[in-house]
Amino acid sequence: MGVLPEPVEALLETALVCELTVVDPSGLPVTHPLIPFYDGELIYLTSSILFSKKLEHIKGNPRVSLSISDPVAVDVERFARATIQGDATVDDSDLHAGWERVLPLWRKKEPAIDMFLGKRVALPLFFERAVIEIRPTRAFFWEGGRTDRPPQVFELATAVA
Amino acid sequence: MKPTAELIAGLQERFGHAVIAFVDEDGYPLSVATEFRADPGRGVVVLNAIAGDTVQPPEDERVNVVFSHIRPQPGIGYDERRYVSLWGAVRRTEGALEFEPDRVQQWDEQEMSFFEFSERGVPQARRYLDQVSTETGRTVKPRLSFGWLFLRATRLPFLTATFVPILLGIAVAAWTNGFNWWLALLTLLGGACIHLGLNVANDVFDTTSGADEANVNPTQFSGGSRVVLYGLITLRTLALLSLGFYAVGIAIGVGLAAMRGWDLLWLGVAGALLSFFYTAPPLKLVHRGLGEIVVALGFGPIMALGAYFVQAREYGLEPLLVSIPVGILIALVLYVNEVPDRPADAATGKRTLPVRFSKDTVVNGYIAAVALAFGLIAVFAISGLIVRPAIIALAAAPLALPVIRALRESYEQPYALMPAMGKNIQLHLATGMLLILGYVVALVADAL
Repeated sequence: MGVLPEPVEALLETALVCELTVVDPSGLPVTHPLIPFYDGELIYLTSSILFSKKLEHIKGNPRVSLSISDPVAVDVERFARATIQGDATVDDSDLHAGWERVLPLWRKKEPAIDMFLGKRVALPLFFERAVIEIRPTRAFFWEGGRTDRPPQVFELATAVA
Repeated sequence: MKPTAELIAGLQERFGHAVIAFVDEDGYPLSVATEFRADPGRGVVVLNAIAGDTVQPPEDERVNVVFSHIRPQPGIGYDERRYVSLWGAVRRTEGALEFEPDRVQQWDEQEMSFFEFSERGVPQARRYLDQVSTETGRTVKPRLSFGWLFLRATRLPFLTATFVPILLGIAVAAWTNGFNWWLALLTLLGGACIHLGLNVANDVFDTTSGADEANVNPTQFSGGSRVVLYGLITLRTLALLSLGFYAVGIAIGVGLAAMRGWDLLWLGVAGALLSFFYTAPPLKLVHRGLGEIVVALGFGPIMALGAYFVQAREYGLEPLLVSIPVGILIALVLYVNEVPDRPADAATGKRTLPVRFSKDTVVNGYIAAVALAFGLIAVFAISGLIVRPAIIALAAAPLALPVIRALRESYEQPYALMPAMGKNIQLHLATGMLLILGYVVALVADAL
């Protein structure tokens, strides 16, 4: 059992895509579809420097949210939806190889990543990547994906005041 | 960019749900999925109301509504990636949230390939690298292993263009005069150095002219190595690499001329000058629509005659004739590879043949040139001007058919053209190797 409620973890563990929302310098929310990974404590996302605006935004404002919303992108018995709010950090200390620490989690969801990585020479900048680490502070859960009903709200033990 | 009515109308067909994102009272973004219907006539998207006080979007602030789709591919990952991100104001109505977008950002991999989408991100990548460099106080650059970087910077696989005419010249010499291994190896090395010098010089000048940066549709066959553009290597290093290759190639050429006869030098000088002024100012031959002729001469008669001379110590008609079809076919490799580069080449004044001519003219030109190349092989072989077994090279001609089909059907789609570009290279390689095989067969038959 990790820091998130079990049904939210179940969604995170199979989700092929989530929507990461960051806040730009003008205070506007900006949402990016990304593949999420979870190790029981932190949520990880990885972003190429080609699409690195989101990284700049997180460095300016670390508050983010991440929703799992697409019924076809998760493999769970009973569909549900969840949104997780949290504080994010960007690890870009080694853009070339540092992100490979999430490769085992990535491989589970997208086995073809090894094939793409083998062709790194064709897309060298795509594989210069940062890791976004999200420490969850609050989770919202909608049974059956029904957002026309109020969500269960979980204030998480690791929440930062 | 403001979303069009057409875009709004298509949302329901392309996406199953929406996600509305806003900033909550605690200052955190909050994103909530909901169902929706489009009302393109009024330019609005009607989102189903969301229940719960803690997750209500504000009416007085701009929100972001995202539509995202993928298709899972078990055991592989996913495909059919697309998203539409809209910004605007939202207001509550009876049982719904009416969202009026005024700005859009989107990507659909079926409309814009992932390669192009990535290429368009290169300026952002460079900005980010600069930013991280400033933050950390050290220069942060992308990396590739030395082997991959060398392969990419020199475009090493294109060396087949050099090896085919040189081996052909050597094969003709072996048939008519005799054969020396060491001279053959030195010729291949010298030719390869001049070719790599040309490849790298081409990148230096395409980088400085802005042609590579303007090209957002590079393929593995076109658009240059992009190693400077990506920050993998400096322009100075690339220029030095080019000069190094030219220096070694010229030194080998001079050495061979000293050993085998100074008449070789004239051919070598012509080849080196054509190679350098292919993209270098003031001639910039490829900018004037002369690239195909330069390539046909350089990678046809000049290479084949030079290789023949090194072996035979004289020039001959046969190596000249047999190299003409090979020269035409290698010029066609350039010709087809220039098709996806048209917009960027035109924008930077590089007036290649595909920039100058219409699609029909370019396709018909390709067909005519292929017919000429194989027609010459048939005429030369039947008339005995080259060895008769060389007629087996006609077996490669069908490889042109998928190229012609792709040019007709995918002229405007760079990435759909990629397999045809590969096939076109195979056409040159297979024809050249079969011509060489013709000489080997003739030699073996003669020895029996």
